Amino acid sequence: MIEVCELRRGFGSHMILDGVSFRIEKGESVVIIGRSGSGKSVLLKHLIGLLKPSAGKVLIDGENIVPMNERQLLRVRRKFGMLFQGAALFDSMTVAENVGFAFRRERSLPEREIARKVREALEMVELPGIEHRRPSELSGGMRKRVGLARAIIYQPQIVLYDEPTTGLDPVVSDSIDKLIARVRDCLDVTTVVVTHDMRSARRLGQRILMLHEKRIYTSGSGEEIFASTDPVIRRFIDGVSDPKELMF
Amino acid sequence: MHLQARKWVDEWLGGLGAVTLLAREAVTSLCTLRVAWRDLLYQVYFAGVKSQSVVLITGAFTGMVLGAQTYFQFHKVKMDTATLAVVGVSMCSELGPVLTGLMVAGRVGAAIAAEIGTMRVTEQIDALRTLATHPVDYLVVPRLTALHVAMPLLAGEAMAMGIGAGYLVGVYLLGIDPVYLWKNMLRYTEVADVAVGLIKSVVFGGIIALIGCYKGMTCGEGAEGVGRATTEAVVYSSITILITNFFMTLSLGHLLHSP
Repeated sequence: MIEVCELRRGFGSHMILDGVSFRIEKGESVVIIGRSGSGKSVLLKHLIGLLKPSAGKVLIDGENIVPMNERQLLRVRRKFGMLFQGAALFDSMTVAENVGFAFRRERSLPEREIARKVREALEMVELPGIEHRRPSELSGGMRKRVGLARAIIYQPQIVLYDEPTTGLDPVVSDSIDKLIARVRDCLDVTTVVVTHDMRSARRLGQRILMLHEKRIYTSGSGEEIFASTDPVIRRFIDGVSDPKELMF
Repeated sequence: MHLQARKWVDEWLGGLGAVTLLAREAVTSLCTLRVAWRDLLYQVYFAGVKSQSVVLITGAFTGMVLGAQTYFQFHKVKMDTATLAVVGVSMCSELGPVLTGLMVAGRVGAAIAAEIGTMRVTEQIDALRTLATHPVDYLVVPRLTALHVAMPLLAGEAMAMGIGAGYLVGVYLLGIDPVYLWKNMLRYTEVADVAVGLIKSVVFGGIIALIGCYKGMTCGEGAEGVGRATTEAVVYSSITILITNFFMTLSLGHLLHSP
């Protein structure tokens, strides 16, 4: 269970998040939407302790992670898997080394067992047999799938996705969405997706949170959000810019 | 002007504090043996083996130039055979470790800052953290340990090359008597001089690794940030080596050369 209470975060004098509060239950699939630069990725990084807030709490299974130092956070992060916007694969390693990285670092499993788990994780993301390839040899969609395999290999309880379909064509985006849904259903994990892709949001979000003007503007089921008549939500969903905001 | 100076001092002190904290974290990690041995071996290879050609050439030509210059001055007072003694003491206690430090700062320090900086801007360091791996354990400790191992070996090679090259220049180009040249070198170059050089090189290795890692881990966004971090890593490492060398010369001189 994830709970965020009155989270505040700024960069310099510019406040990005100002009093953000929400709660995500175990097993829930939540999509956080909002305009570019609204602080969605910043918020996501707070959930796993990659960023520290100026004020507020982040509770993971009832434990406040804000005062923890980097070493204490390592224990909490074992509950998480995260897919980054650019996949963030280690470019000096092969796909197999990337996916099996956590197990090799822990030295908890024999090499043969790690190889088996890597193979299974790659099959799960529909990329069997690419263990020996380098990240530079992969397309954008493949890199995201490998990133996802790396995130789920040690069966985390919570998986965070930072803009999983950004920069991909509609067909690959669709396959990534289906993959996220399959991972969610097969592994029974709590899923938090940050996106501004409305098709992904509709498909993946059991609940949608909208971040607007530094706060959670609204929260509701996919049907409620997409049927909303609120002008702010409507403009975002329909992709209509506010004439007052246009800069010439 | 006053504000500018204050800002500069604040930044300098902040950086010094951050590097000290990084060193403490690295030593803590090292004590708990969370070292990735395979990465350590690779870093020893990269920092040590691959730096040899640069360090050997530097050591050889420095020894030759120093030998020639010393001879030109000593010849005026008929002290030709003391030439290699000057080369020996200088190469062992000062030039060997300092020039090795500067060359390694340029080659390895820059590479460390660029590699870690690129990892930072492409979120690979964040990815490490999400995989329950402390960046200091994985990135800093192997590089710091590798440079602590490689630097004294490289400095030792530079010292030997410098003395050997100085000997060859003295004997075959300048016509100095080889027996007296060698004998005087052994007479005046003490074990303490070699020890001073090796101790300095270990410290310089730590400086290069810590500043390179710190600059990489705190670099700005994009290619410009990585470029700046790389340049700063080399400049700050080099300056720190030169300043530290002065204080180490005084302190180790008192410690090891006192009667």
